[in-house]
Amino acid sequence: MDAFLLQILNGLDKGSAYALIALGLTLIFGTLGVVNFAHGALFMIGAFCAVTVRKFLNLSVETIDPERTDFLGNPLKVKTPYVENWFGPEFGGLIIDWSVPIAILFAIPIMIAVGFIMERGLIKHFYKRPHADQILVTFGLAIVLQEVIKYFYGANPIPTPAPDALNGVANLGAIIGMDLIYPVWRIVYFCFACLIISGVFAFLQFTTFGMVVRAGMADRETVGLLGINIDRRFTIMFGIAAAVAGLAGVMYTPINSPNYHMGMDFLVLSFVVVVVGGMGSLPGAVLAGFVLGILESFASMEWAINLIPGINQIIIYLVAIVILLVRPRGLMGRKGVMED
Amino acid sequence: MFGLDKRDTSLLMIVAVLTLFAPFILNPFPTGSGLAQFNAGYPDLMQRFVIFGIFAIGFNILFGLTGYLSFGHAAFLGVGSYSAVWMFKLLSMNVLPAILLSVIISGLFALVIGYISLRRSGIYFSILTLAFAQMSFSLAYSVLTPITNGETGLQLTLDDPRVLGVTATADGSIPVTNLFGLEMRGTYEMVVGPWAFQFNMGYYLCALVLIAAFYLAIRIFRSPFGMMLRAVKSNQQRMNYTGLNSKPYTLAAFVISGMYAGLAGGLMASMDPLAGAERMQWTASGEVVLMTILGGAGTLIGPVLGAGFIKYFENIFSKINDNVLHGWFAILPDGLEDFIVFVVHPFIGKGWHLTLGILFMLVVIYLPGGLVEGGQRIAGWVRGNKKPDAPQSETKPAE
Repeated sequence: MDAFLLQILNGLDKGSAYALIALGLTLIFGTLGVVNFAHGALFMIGAFCAVTVRKFLNLSVETIDPERTDFLGNPLKVKTPYVENWFGPEFGGLIIDWSVPIAILFAIPIMIAVGFIMERGLIKHFYKRPHADQILVTFGLAIVLQEVIKYFYGANPIPTPAPDALNGVANLGAIIGMDLIYPVWRIVYFCFACLIISGVFAFLQFTTFGMVVRAGMADRETVGLLGINIDRRFTIMFGIAAAVAGLAGVMYTPINSPNYHMGMDFLVLSFVVVVVGGMGSLPGAVLAGFVLGILESFASMEWAINLIPGINQIIIYLVAIVILLVRPRGLMGRKGVMED
Repeated sequence: MFGLDKRDTSLLMIVAVLTLFAPFILNPFPTGSGLAQFNAGYPDLMQRFVIFGIFAIGFNILFGLTGYLSFGHAAFLGVGSYSAVWMFKLLSMNVLPAILLSVIISGLFALVIGYISLRRSGIYFSILTLAFAQMSFSLAYSVLTPITNGETGLQLTLDDPRVLGVTATADGSIPVTNLFGLEMRGTYEMVVGPWAFQFNMGYYLCALVLIAAFYLAIRIFRSPFGMMLRAVKSNQQRMNYTGLNSKPYTLAAFVISGMYAGLAGGLMASMDPLAGAERMQWTASGEVVLMTILGGAGTLIGPVLGAGFIKYFENIFSKINDNVLHGWFAILPDGLEDFIVFVVHPFIGKGWHLTLGILFMLVVIYLPGGLVEGGQRIAGWVRGNKKPDAPQSETKPAE
């Protein structure tokens, strides 16, 4: 039983990353009708926002400490980060320690801006082109973004730890009287993902803006005829989708050190998730993200591997193939979206 | 000639001449001169040109004709490589059975994958093929290790049985791949003045296969079968309404293009008898998509051009470094020189993929017909047409 619960937990944090990326993909697909192969790159850019913020916070000034000397007898050079000089060593240290959560604040405007530029500069011209062209151009864009990041940050993964307070493990099972030790940050990640997902849904469901967007998803032309500038709203949705992917990336950095190809790795799986959930269905994407994440972690349990060797590697693809053939619309696909 | 009309014959001739005389054409600069680094006339690179040319021709039969965008074609190349290496391990070092087996195996593989994937179209098809390819990649890395030798890759060893050949040569080393005794790595070097031209046995085998493959592709493009595939691309629904079942046609196209990929994989293994799972990764599938689009999807010569273009610049660009750049721009004033080198620096050397990505985006945005369309437009301008009437090939996915 313990192992069972543990696998569900394991699945939840991977599943949250899938769900967040798939949610963004679906938002873009549902509003603009564009298949965005560069979405994984947005996830990666988010992760590198965290890296950059950490780098900036660690910018240090070198001072000579006359009281201490190194082993040669010369005065010791001490590096103190600027933030520690400005805010005092304790609070400054805290800021550096909490660099990943702080990066969220920076990532939101940056990602929205990136999304705007991408949409206005490139995607806009591809509304009317066939899906194959959209796939190709965004694929090219993904390569470019990935290479730019590689140029500036190098090819090696950059470790970006979580704040010390959230870095340990917690015994989740204490409440229900079981032993269930699990890293805190992964739980934080899951909660964060739930927060973002419910935020996006609430935004779409309870605001006037969201209502217009939903109307536009259902029938773009009619909404346009009513005198609403639906294009501008969709652009904003693109920005939001980019921000969702970026935030997923920021928070993922302590789990996996970011490297330049992390986006591509996630992208393939996220596409599978979107297809399983149903093109254009937001709840479907989220549901499929969590379900596939959990399935994946179950498949890596020992009995599953003994039963069918290698199942942990292919379970997601296998499920996707079966779903696509049995239920082409996906789990919760809407009628009339991308049907043959 | 060979049942082709005049234009196609000349196209075939151009390809034949280009490939057969490649050791000369690709070696325009004398060895030892400063420009010698732009020579591409050495066997390894030339082999890659033609092998990827074959791969791209095959991909184009599927994508160019039917509009089905497969993102998993590298899987067939990988399967072809593995089967060829197994043939070398078990049967003999002759490349002929190895290549035959790789074509057959990858054809069967394509039949299975195609049968399932082709039940959907458009983006779903792309994702299904992607899923299958990733699955094969993961399996090759993990469970299938007895067949694929996992991360190390499949290699020849001294204790392979090789029923029809020798396990080891007289001096105790692994025998080399050959075609009835003609060694694949055998190279004849012709020195003419300062030039050194290399004629490689393996390259010429690949080149002959490429010409045959190209000829076959022309015949497919011009056949009623090819017409049927184009019909699938332009409007599958209408085709179905007329009572035609398009499934067998698309499946045949998929299998043919899978066999082309297998052929490329078999040749790759014949030139260098090892096979690794990374050949099946989806980035490798992406590469052949790039080649085909860059050259011009749906045209005959486009994929060959695209493959040559990408492989050439991949090789040359990665060799240029800052010193070379400084050498080029040495005539400029110092500050300007440094500035130009600074600007160009990210795009060369290891930054080649950045250049490729930008180029690819530009092609998709402005030149959907690829290099071929570019050539036609330029030809149009040269002839003085006010409006270049480049045939706008509508690339609609099969819906």
